Amino acid sequence: MDFDLSEEQQLLKDSVEGFLSDTYDFESRKKIAALPGGWSPEVWAKFAELGLLGLPFAEDDGGFGGGAVETMLLAESFGKHLVLEPYLATVILGGGVVKRAGSAAQKAEHIAAIAEGARTFALATTDRHSRYDMFDVTTTAKKDGASYVLDGEKAVVVHGGTADRIIVSARSAGSRRDRGGIGLFIVAADAEGLIRRSSPTQDGTHAAEITLSGVRVDADGILGDPEGGLPVLEAVADEAIAALCAEAVGAMSELTDLTVDYLKQRKQFGVPIGGFQALQHRAAEMFVALEQARSMAMFAAMTASTEDATERRALASAAKVQIGRSAKFIGQQGIQLHGGIGMTMEYKAGHYFKRLTMIDTLFGDADHHLAQVADYGQLVSTA
Amino acid sequence: MELRFTDEEIAFRKEVRAFIDAKLPKALREKLAAGHHPTRDDIVFWQKTLNDKGWGVAHWPVPYGGTGWDAVKQYIFLEEMMMAPSPPPLAFGTSMVGPVIYTFGSEAQKKRFLPRIASLDDWWCQGFSEPGAGSDLAGLKTKAEKVGDHWVINGQKTWTTLGQYADWIFVLARTDASVKKQEGISFILVDMKSPGITVKPIQTIDGGHEVNEVFFDDVKVPLENLVGQENKGWDYAKFLLGNERTGIARVGISKQRIRKIKEMAAIEQRAGRPLIEDQRFREKIAEVEIELKALEITQLRVIAGEKKREKGKPDPASSVLKIKGSELQQATTELLMEVIGPHAAPFAPEEPGSNEPPIGPEWAQTIAPTYFNVRKVSIYGGSNEIQKNIIAKAVLGL
Repeated sequence: MDFDLSEEQQLLKDSVEGFLSDTYDFESRKKIAALPGGWSPEVWAKFAELGLLGLPFAEDDGGFGGGAVETMLLAESFGKHLVLEPYLATVILGGGVVKRAGSAAQKAEHIAAIAEGARTFALATTDRHSRYDMFDVTTTAKKDGASYVLDGEKAVVVHGGTADRIIVSARSAGSRRDRGGIGLFIVAADAEGLIRRSSPTQDGTHAAEITLSGVRVDADGILGDPEGGLPVLEAVADEAIAALCAEAVGAMSELTDLTVDYLKQRKQFGVPIGGFQALQHRAAEMFVALEQARSMAMFAAMTASTEDATERRALASAAKVQIGRSAKFIGQQGIQLHGGIGMTMEYKAGHYFKRLTMIDTLFGDADHHLAQVADYGQLVSTA
Repeated sequence: MELRFTDEEIAFRKEVRAFIDAKLPKALREKLAAGHHPTRDDIVFWQKTLNDKGWGVAHWPVPYGGTGWDAVKQYIFLEEMMMAPSPPPLAFGTSMVGPVIYTFGSEAQKKRFLPRIASLDDWWCQGFSEPGAGSDLAGLKTKAEKVGDHWVINGQKTWTTLGQYADWIFVLARTDASVKKQEGISFILVDMKSPGITVKPIQTIDGGHEVNEVFFDDVKVPLENLVGQENKGWDYAKFLLGNERTGIARVGISKQRIRKIKEMAAIEQRAGRPLIEDQRFREKIAEVEIELKALEITQLRVIAGEKKREKGKPDPASSVLKIKGSELQQATTELLMEVIGPHAAPFAPEEPGSNEPPIGPEWAQTIAPTYFNVRKVSIYGGSNEIQKNIIAKAVLGL
C-alpha cells in the first residue's frame, strides 16, 4: 500500500505538466480546436519527442514500458488542460488492441509508428443500436479466402475522421448479441468502400460516422482470432476507462479550483460571494465529490491489470460510476456557482463541464456501469 | 504507487483475524452482528483481552503502550475489529483523552491515567457539549474557579455518551470570562465520584439510553487535574476532535452492514422473489458499495498523508471522511430498513435479561432502532455542516 510516485513517475508528471502549462493555455486550445480535424500535429510531434506516444507499450515492442499509473498521470494533465489530441484513440485504444491481439509482424508494423507520431488510430466499436454493449455487433465480416469483407455502419468513432488506421469490430459468426464471433480488423483510411463523415463533438474533439461497404481486409489486417475479439476489446476498454477516469479527475480538479477562485473574486452585495455559507457548502461538496473521484481514478489505475477478467471489469465499472456521479455534480455546480459567465462559450468553465459530460458517455455511462457492479455483487468483500 | 496490500500486511490481517476468532466469544459476536448494543462488561472484557495481548492502545506511541504499527496496519486492525464485529473500543479513553494526556499532560498524569485507560480500569466520558454550546462549542458556560488548592466547577454538560458507567470525565470549563471565548477555556480531569456530580439519562428516539446530562454543583477538583496550561484547553479540544475525525469514517462497520443487507435480502421477498434478485434494489446496494470503496481509498490516502504532516495536526481533508463516512453509515441502515419493510414496526426496547421471544422475524428487531440511532452520526463529532465549514475555510480558503 503506497500512494507515492516513484522518481521516474514524478519526472514524467513534471515534464508533461510543464509542457502543457507553457503551450496549452485556454487561448491556444481555442486555436487548436479550430484547426482542420481539431488537433495540432505540432503538439503531437512534441508528444512523440517527450516519449508520451510510446509510453504504455512494452520495450520489446518499441515502447517505454509504462504502466497504468504512468497513463493516469498523463491523462490527468490532459484533463486539466482539455487536451484535444488523439491520445486516447491512437495510443490507448488503437495501440491497446494491437499490443494485445497483434502478431509480432503487426506489432512491428504499427507500434513503432505510433510511438514516433507517424500514425494515428481510431477504434470503431459502436453500432447504431449497441449503446454501451461492445458485444452487440451488427457490422458483418464475411470470410473470403484469406481475407474478410466488412459491411455495416459505425457511430461516434472518436477521431475517426483523421485516423490513418481504423480498427473495426465486426461479426464474423453468431448472432447479434453473442459474445463470441466478433473479429477486429485494421482498415486503412483510404480503403475502398470506406466512407467517413466527421464532425466536432460537444467537447471540441471530433468523431466520425463510418460506413463500410464491401471493405476488404487482408490477412495482415486481421488482429488475432477473428471470432475471439471481445475479450481484447474489453481489456482495452478497461484501460481506456482508467485513463478517462484520470482525465476526468484532472478536469474536475481544475473546474473546482476555477470555481473557488471565482467565489473569492466575484463581489455582490458589496462582498465576495465566497463568504456566503450556502455557496461555501456547495464548494465543500464539490471538494468531497472530487476526492472520492480521485480515489476511484487511482483504484482504476491500480486494478487495471487484475488477472481475473470478470473482477477487472467490475472494478473498472465501479470507478466509472463514481467518476460519472462526481463529474455530473462538479460540472453542474461549477456552472451554477459561476452564474451567467459559466454559461458562455468564451469562458473555460463550460468546456470542462462539456468534456466531463462526454466522458460519461464513453465506454459506458454511470447507470450502465452501476448495473454491472450490481450483477457482480461483491465489490465490498471481506478484505 | 501500489494499492495492493503487501504479503506482510496480508499476513498481519490473518494474525488479527485469528486472534479475534480465538478470543471473541461466539455468542457476543452474534449478538453484536444482530445489531444489539454491547454491555459495559462486554466492552471492558474485550478491551482487557486486547490489552493483555499488547493491542489495547495500538495507535499510541510505543513508550505509552502502543504497538509501533504503521498507519496501514492500524487501519487493518481496526477494520478487522469492526467487521468481526467485536465490541468497539471506548473512544473517550483510547482515542480522546489518552492522546491529550500523553501529548499535553504532566508526567504524573501520564503515570496515573494512561495504564488505566489501556486496561479500561477507568471508564472515561466526555464533558464537552452543553445545552447552549453544540456546534458553537467555544461558547460553553460551565465554569471552573480556583479556590485554594482546588478548582470548583459549576455548570451542565450534555450528550455525555455512556456517562452512566464513567469513573472519570474530561471537562472543558471556562476559566477566564474576560477574554475571547476560545482563550478562556481549560481542560480538566474530574473524578465522577466527586460530590456534586449528578448524571441524568436521556432517552433517544431508538428507545435506548446512551447519552446523559451531567450536572456540576460546586464540584471540587484538585488543581493538579488541569491538563497542560490554564486557558489553553481549546487547543487541546481541537487536537482531540481532529483525532476523532480520522477514525470516524467507520468503513468496516458499513462493510459489515452491507454483508448483512445482502444476507437478509436473500431471505426477504418482493413480488414473491428474494429481494436480492430485484435489479433496482441490487443497484441501490451497488451505489453504496462504490461510494464505500472510494471512501476506503480516501481514508487510506489521508492515513498515508499523515506520515508527512506535522505531528498533532490532522489533515483538514479528514472532514471528507466524517461527511462521507456518516452518510454511508446512514445509507446502509436505510437499506436495512427497506429490506425488512413492514417488519420494522414492532417497538420493543431491549430489556436486559428478558427471555420473551421477539415479535416478528428475529433479525428485524434491531433494524429500526439502529436506523433511528444512526441519525446521530452526522450530528456528533462536529456536525456535517460544521465539517463543510471546515473544508470551505481550511481547505478551499473561502
